[in-house]
Amino acid sequence: MNKFWIVLSHTYVSKLKSKSFLISTIMTTLLVFGIANIDRIIEHFNKDSEKTIAIIDRTNALYEPLKEQLKANGAKEIKVVKSNKSEEQAKKKVQNEEWYAYVVLDYDEKQLPKATYYAMTIAGSDVPTQLEQALQQLKMTLATAKIGLKPEQMKELYAPIVFNKIALEKNAKTEEQINQARAIMYVLLIAMYIFVIMYGSMIMMEVATEKSSRVMEILISSAPPVQQMFGKILGVALLSLTQFVIIFTIGYTSLQNSDLLAELLGTENMPIGTILYAILFFLLGYFLYATLFALLGSLVSRVEDVQQIATPVSMLVVGAFFIAMFGLNSPDAPFITVTSFIPFFAPMIMFLRIGMLNVPAWEIAVSLLLLVGTIVFFAIVGAKVYRGGVLLYGQSSSWKDLKRAWQLTKK
Amino acid sequence: MGLRLRHVTKRFGDFVAVDDVTIDIPEQEMFGFLGANGAGKTTTFRMILGLLDPTEGEITWNNQPITYESSHLIGYLPEERGLYPKLKVKEQLIYLGRLRGMDKETIVKEMRRWLERFKVPEYENKKVEELSKGNQQKIQFIAAVIHRPKLLILDEPFSGLDPVNVELLKKAVIDLKNEGTTIVFSSHRMEHVEELCEHLCIMHRGKPIVHGSLKEIKRSFGKKNIIIHADFSLEELRTFPGVVKAETTAEGIRLQIENEEVSQQILAHISQKGFIRKFSLEEPSLNDIFIEKVGAAYE
Repeated sequence: MNKFWIVLSHTYVSKLKSKSFLISTIMTTLLVFGIANIDRIIEHFNKDSEKTIAIIDRTNALYEPLKEQLKANGAKEIKVVKSNKSEEQAKKKVQNEEWYAYVVLDYDEKQLPKATYYAMTIAGSDVPTQLEQALQQLKMTLATAKIGLKPEQMKELYAPIVFNKIALEKNAKTEEQINQARAIMYVLLIAMYIFVIMYGSMIMMEVATEKSSRVMEILISSAPPVQQMFGKILGVALLSLTQFVIIFTIGYTSLQNSDLLAELLGTENMPIGTILYAILFFLLGYFLYATLFALLGSLVSRVEDVQQIATPVSMLVVGAFFIAMFGLNSPDAPFITVTSFIPFFAPMIMFLRIGMLNVPAWEIAVSLLLLVGTIVFFAIVGAKVYRGGVLLYGQSSSWKDLKRAWQLTKK
Repeated sequence: MGLRLRHVTKRFGDFVAVDDVTIDIPEQEMFGFLGANGAGKTTTFRMILGLLDPTEGEITWNNQPITYESSHLIGYLPEERGLYPKLKVKEQLIYLGRLRGMDKETIVKEMRRWLERFKVPEYENKKVEELSKGNQQKIQFIAAVIHRPKLLILDEPFSGLDPVNVELLKKAVIDLKNEGTTIVFSSHRMEHVEELCEHLCIMHRGKPIVHGSLKEIKRSFGKKNIIIHADFSLEELRTFPGVVKAETTAEGIRLQIENEEVSQQILAHISQKGFIRKFSLEEPSLNDIFIEKVGAAYE
């Protein structure tokens, strides 16, 4: 057992000190920090980009109401100015970038507003959309006034109907809770996907490097392969937890100051159960795939072959992720129910169902049991293959080597 | 006592890699394994280390089976050299030493002693990938012996080294032996085995075809060599009765003869023919024995 701890601490410390760990932690932290403060960042950039739009009002009546309407709509970045210049002069001003755009307002034959928008480009900007919206509302007021509708009558006409959704199932989640859960799930599933792929392949690279550099033969003559394999898996797990704590702490503190994301994710009332299940399924998913990746890493002779042999397993992870993305929109589909019991998908899919539906306890238990059983199975097979695989050197690295590695451990 | 292999056989499917090997290696002895490529030397070593399980037979060290519990007693230098390329020499040796049951302080102390000895103390904080191949091999050797093993297994320890470093390493091996380490090593280089080992074994296709002490093996081989340098042609000696093999050299001829008596007949035969500058009777070299035995086994 002593050697297990030596392998574990060596893996952890040497990875912790590595440049790649430092860089990836800083990058992710910056990313999280950026997302958490996205509203402020956007605001910051918009501040100096107030756009001046000149209005040439041929009707002499629409300018003021339009300005009012824009203000009411909260279009902060649009600043309108009234202009008496000719169209030629206005065009020059836009070309000289003095104005962002100019708009010619007029009445059509029915005496309703019509407008033409001139700007250097009409792509990738919401300015014309906002102007159009404001004018549309203006037209509505004018048109209804023409028919003779009173403002109250109009309000009645446009009032939304009352449509309530009530789930009859006990403890069923409300509409609001489901939307919130969906947002949380979305974030957690992406995190789980990155987690498994990133740390799984880290283990695989680690094993493959040891093997290709041939240091493996000394290692397995010093410590049992099983202890080495699990020492590595747990060492990397510890490393990932360290990274997560760093990122989570920074993410959480910056979320505290951000209204937008907090609202979106509802972090204030994130159910504690979901967090516990998240940790449980994160770890189980990690152990399942880490064991598989370590096993495959022990089969390759050269680091270059890693990708090739890992593809089928990576596909499983990608598959699980896509099923989960589909499941976000219809968590009660039979397909999702079935896949939530398949161990390779369970960490993501069962977790998703738990987060979004009311899953009976026995279903969770069965899924967990199958998952743990599979992990134990692969751990036993993995330890055996690992022992043989590390002695296996050949031209090609293929899944056939699994059989050869297995035979090497026999008498 | 010592290392004992009893009827050890290893089969990979239908292929027999090691076939019924029985060898006793007493403690504090230097034992050489010779054999062509694929003769089963590395497989035997791997079985001794417990990396592979023998199909039949048993291997014991001082009457105990070798397990991971006893790994601190055993040192191993694999044929395929390998260290972590990205780790510094110090970190590397600390990790490998701890896996052999040492504590960090002792490792650093021993490491400095060995680095001094190999005249490379400046490598302590260098990454392995920055070192030359020969220097990597020194580090690898240190990794194999840093924990002062009782049993040291060296698979081709001198391959790929320049003559100066071969001497350095050879001396280290001899010192370890004098300090009481039992050493098993394999080599293609006959002169190294001849120089270092009291006992040896020649493996061929998994079987030990020659096994015993060096002197014994040479004596029982019977055949001897004579080297003659003379002013006249010696080519006719190729067909002389009792000559097994002949090889023309720059200054004369080298003959392998069936037994000592033949040498006297040859000497008598040529003594009247002219001026003989050299006539010497020599023990067969291990190389002769190896080629004869392994070559014969091919037929």
